[in-house]
Amino acid sequence: MNVGTHLKFEVLRTFRNRGFLIVTLALPLVLYLAVTPGNKSKHAMVENMPFELYFMTGMAAYGALFAVFSPTTRIALDRQRGWTRQTRVTPLRSGTYLAAKVVTAFLVALPCVVLLDAAGTVFGVRMSASRWAEMTGLLLLGLIPFVIMGITVGHLAKAESMPAVIGGLVVVFALFGGAFGEFFNSGATLKVIKLLPSYWLCQSGKVAEGGGGWTAEGWIVVAAWTVVMVAVAIPAYRRDTRRA
Amino acid sequence: MSFPDGAPPGVRLVGLTKSYGRVLAVRGIDLTIGAGQTVALLGPNGAGKSTTIDAMLGLSRPDAGTVEIFGRTASEAIRAGLVGAMLQSGQQPEYLRVREVVELTASYYPRPRPVQEVLELTGVAEFADRWATRLSGGQSQLVRFAAALVGDPDLLVLDEPTAAVDVAGRNDFWRVMREVARQGKTIVFATHYLEEADAFADRIVLLARGRIVADGPATEIKALAGTRTIRATLPEVETGRLTALPGVTSAQRHGETVILSCADADTALRALLSGYAAARDLEVRGGSLEEAFLELTDDQQDGAPGDPAEVPSPVADGAETAGVNS
Repeated sequence: MNVGTHLKFEVLRTFRNRGFLIVTLALPLVLYLAVTPGNKSKHAMVENMPFELYFMTGMAAYGALFAVFSPTTRIALDRQRGWTRQTRVTPLRSGTYLAAKVVTAFLVALPCVVLLDAAGTVFGVRMSASRWAEMTGLLLLGLIPFVIMGITVGHLAKAESMPAVIGGLVVVFALFGGAFGEFFNSGATLKVIKLLPSYWLCQSGKVAEGGGGWTAEGWIVVAAWTVVMVAVAIPAYRRDTRRA
Repeated sequence: MSFPDGAPPGVRLVGLTKSYGRVLAVRGIDLTIGAGQTVALLGPNGAGKSTTIDAMLGLSRPDAGTVEIFGRTASEAIRAGLVGAMLQSGQQPEYLRVREVVELTASYYPRPRPVQEVLELTGVAEFADRWATRLSGGQSQLVRFAAALVGDPDLLVLDEPTAAVDVAGRNDFWRVMREVARQGKTIVFATHYLEEADAFADRIVLLARGRIVADGPATEIKALAGTRTIRATLPEVETGRLTALPGVTSAQRHGETVILSCADADTALRALLSGYAAARDLEVRGGSLEEAFLELTDDQQDGAPGDPAEVPSPVADGAETAGVNS
C-alpha cells in the first residue's frame, strides 16, 4: 500500500480542475481588491482594526472556507459514479482516504490565504514575519472543523445539490462569522456569534494588532466544533460504506 | 498467496439472506467455492447475482448468514489485498488518465503486478493516455478489468464483466480470463450469458429469485439441459404405463396431450410408436442450455422485475426437486 501515490493522484485530480481552482482563488482576491481602495480612508478602523487588515482576514477566511469544501463535490461525484464503491473493494484504508481529503482541502486553502496576505501588504498591512505566520496558522487551525464538515457533506448530499449546499454553508458561516464586516458586535447576539468557528477565523487578524491570538474561548469553540464534526462524519462515512 | 491442503475455500457463503425493503433479494444461499475454481453465477436479472456479490464483497450487510473469503471476513480479505473486483456499474473517475486509474489501484495492493504488463495483457495499453472518462463502454469495462487484475489478487469477483462489450471485445476479455484462471486464481463471475458460463466456468451455479436452483459442473448443467421431451396427443393411456417405456424418465398428462421426459428420446419414440399406434401430433423438443435456463428460472413466464419474493415459482421449485442441487 503506497500512501504517497493515493495522495498524489488525489491532489492532481483537484488541481486539474482548473476552472474551479481559478474561481476559488480569484473570487476573494477580486472582492478584496475591489472594496479596499474605496474604504481604506473612509473607515479607518473596524473593530479596532484598520479596514485593509480586517477585510484581508475576512476575505481570506471567506476564500479559505470555500477552498476547504473543494473535496466535497469530488466526493459526491465519486460516489455517484461508483468510484467510491470500487475503491472500497481494494485495500485502501479509510484513514488514508480521509487524510488525503484533509490534505487536499488545506492545499487549496493555503494559497488562497497567502494571496490575500500578499494583497494586504499592497494596501499597507505590515507585521513581523512571526506575526504573519501566527495569523495564518490560526486561520488554518480554525478551518479544521470546516474541512471535516466538507467531507461529511460530500458523503451525505448528492452532487447536484452541492452548489446550493456548499454555497449556503459558506455564506452563512462567513457572513455571521464576520468575514464581510462585524454586523453583530455587541450584546447577546455577539455571544451567540462567538460560538461559531468562523468568528474565530475572522478574528485571527487581531494578531497583527498585538493581540495574543485567540482567547481561551476561541480555542474551546474551534476544538468543540471539531469534535462534533468528527462525531457526525464517522457515521456518515460508515453509512455510506454500507450502502449497496 | 497459496494455502496447504485442507486450506479454507476461496469463498464460503452460509445461509446468506438479504432483503431490500419488502423484497427478498437473496433467500438463503449456501455456496462454497474451492480455491482455484472458476465459478459462474448464472441467472436472469433480479435473480440475486449482484446482491450475492455485494454481500460477498462486504459492500452490503446481509440480514442473515455469513461470508468468508479464504477463511477470513470479507473486509479482512479485502484489506489483505486478496480480492480484486469488477462491480457491475461504475464509471471511471474524473481528471485521471487511463494509466493513472490502473496505477492508483495498483498502489493500494501490497504486491501489485507491473502496471504496464497489465495494460498490455488487457489491451488497455492502446488507449492508456486518454482521459478515463472519455472511453467507449467496452474500453471502460476493460479498464475496470485491468484495475481488478493489477493487484494480483487470489480471488477475482466479476459482476457481469462483459455487459457493455461487443462480441469481439468479449472474446478478448475471455482470452485474458483464461490466462488468469490458468495461474490458479479463484474466479467468480456473474453473467446472464449462457455461452459464457458454459465456455469459461468449471462450475455453474444457477440462481433464480434469490435461490440456487442448480449447481454443478458445466457438463452436468448441460446434461440437465440435454433432457429431451416428447409431446404427443394420446388419450386414454395411463401415465404410469408411459413412464415404463424404455428411455422415458417421467410422463405427464395435460388433457389429451402427454409429455414424456426422456433420457433417451430416440428409443422412447420408437417404443411409443410401436406400442401406441394412436399417438399423433408427435413433437420432440430438446435440449439447449438456453431452454434449461428458461425452464429452471421461469424467467419468461413471470419474471416480475424487482419483486422476486412475492411471485410463486412452481417451475423453479420443480427444478429444486430435480436433484441437481449438490
